[in-house]
Amino acid sequence: MSQAMFELLLKGLWETAVMTAVSGALSFFFGLPLALVLVTTDRGGIFENLSVNRILGGIVNALRSVPFIILLVAVIPITRLLVGSAIGIAAAIVPLTIAATPYFARIAEVSLREIDRGLIDAARAMGATRWTILREVLVPEALPGIVSGFTVTLVTLIGASAMAGAVGAGGLGDIAIRYGYQRFETAVMVAVVIVLIIMVCGLQAFGDWIARKIDHR
Amino acid sequence: MNAPNLIAHLPESVGLHGISRSFGTSVALHDITLSIKRGEIVGLIGRSGAGKSTLIRILNGLDKPQSGQVVISGQDITDLDEQALQPIRRRIGMIFQHFNLLSAKTVAENVALPLKIAGQRPEQRRKRVLELLDLVGLADKAHAYPAQLSGGQKQRVGIARALAPDPVLLLSDEATSALDPETTGAILDLLARVNRDLGLTVLMITHEIEVVRQIAHRVVVLDGGRVVEQGPVARVLASPQTEITRALVRGLSPSLPADLAAQIQPQGAQAVLRVDVYGASARLPILSQISDITGHPARLLHGGLNDVQGEPYGRMFIALGTHDAAKLAQVIAALTPISVGLEVLGYVASDV
Repeated sequence: MSQAMFELLLKGLWETAVMTAVSGALSFFFGLPLALVLVTTDRGGIFENLSVNRILGGIVNALRSVPFIILLVAVIPITRLLVGSAIGIAAAIVPLTIAATPYFARIAEVSLREIDRGLIDAARAMGATRWTILREVLVPEALPGIVSGFTVTLVTLIGASAMAGAVGAGGLGDIAIRYGYQRFETAVMVAVVIVLIIMVCGLQAFGDWIARKIDHR
Repeated sequence: MNAPNLIAHLPESVGLHGISRSFGTSVALHDITLSIKRGEIVGLIGRSGAGKSTLIRILNGLDKPQSGQVVISGQDITDLDEQALQPIRRRIGMIFQHFNLLSAKTVAENVALPLKIAGQRPEQRRKRVLELLDLVGLADKAHAYPAQLSGGQKQRVGIARALAPDPVLLLSDEATSALDPETTGAILDLLARVNRDLGLTVLMITHEIEVVRQIAHRVVVLDGGRVVEQGPVARVLASPQTEITRALVRGLSPSLPADLAAQIQPQGAQAVLRVDVYGASARLPILSQISDITGHPARLLHGGLNDVQGEPYGRMFIALGTHDAAKLAQVIAALTPISVGLEVLGYVASDV
């Protein structure tokens, strides 16, 4: 592999990492509160509000049911509005975040729902406010599951960012398609795949390690 | 030792007046009226589904009755909203069957949580947590996580946490039901000590009569959402009045063995009495009193005395040695004031 190709791969790796990290961080930032709202507004929740719950649940389901490749194109007007362009890394982050937020919210929701109701009762019996329950019970108790879910989300984002590459966002996916596929450079294709495997394995191992470290159950 | 009588003069800690609660068409509680005095340990016993858990949840406002009034330390909390209930709940400790400790927090952090909720500063909390862990004998486990503890240790943490904010009332929801008998004994000893040393009012709900026998001053029997019987533990054990109580105290309150019961006839050589006694009168020379009246030796066929927290109680099946109706009436007249339960079961042959 030539020096130029190596630099190309490095650039692609960097772009993929940036897309994954930024959209991952944003989907965590929006997805966790969304998950908390979904859990706490449900029947018997500490902020029970069924209409809010149904509406948000519907929006999440709607976004989750659109295949990413379609979402990517469909949100172009929003992308233009937010970042001024529909091409490039910044532009890819918008659809990636829109897709990953409900995805992560659903995963985090599962962890939050697994919390024993007795713990919430215990906190209520202590005279905790609902915000205290959120802060001291719900989030810390679900954290190991949330971290695992976030790892899964990041891995999914790496895959999705490769798709975003197809519409000119750069990154490893873009390189694989342009060089590996369209120019029949098999070596590039193989190199990209190996880099992706290492990236995903490393990320998964790191995520598992953190989740294990904070899990005292 | 006669705790129940001393307690009768103390102010009320908990008052329930005509509490009813149903879920859909099923009635969980029906017109419950109950008073718990300050410093008293009350055992609330009943089978599962009797309404015990609903009752305890109503006491700290986790559940609302459809009618009736809940008074805690003189304050009516029935109609308070969630926010107004919070300061009251901070003064009511609660321990649970499954401990309900936060797995992500250390023992010390678990115990500190109610203090944090009450707005105490970290230095204050640290000091209080150490005191409490010392009290429950877990000072060395402060930095362990609940998953590393045994069931008994977890419940000790639960108790320390419940005691942290200096509660006026401790609610125990089947706190020993998940523990082995030895650990149960140790946890009950701890609760009795806390009650004695801190003067804390304790309401224990349980389905185990043994728990009531070991530490309760008074027992309330709940069945089908109603209070069917209540009174000093020794009296209820000596002479359970209802079928459900008899079922619950089985083993602690003797019943006539089947072979003796089979020999009881409507007519016979000598009358058989069931005499239930508790307290000071349990130690009176009952057999010789009967003999003095009848002129025949009275015999104890079955039963005897037991004690609950130093208070004697017992049920005796006594053969009078005579079937003379006038003598029998005299015996009954003499025993009535000193017994809590008295029944002529029938007659048996003289050689029984």
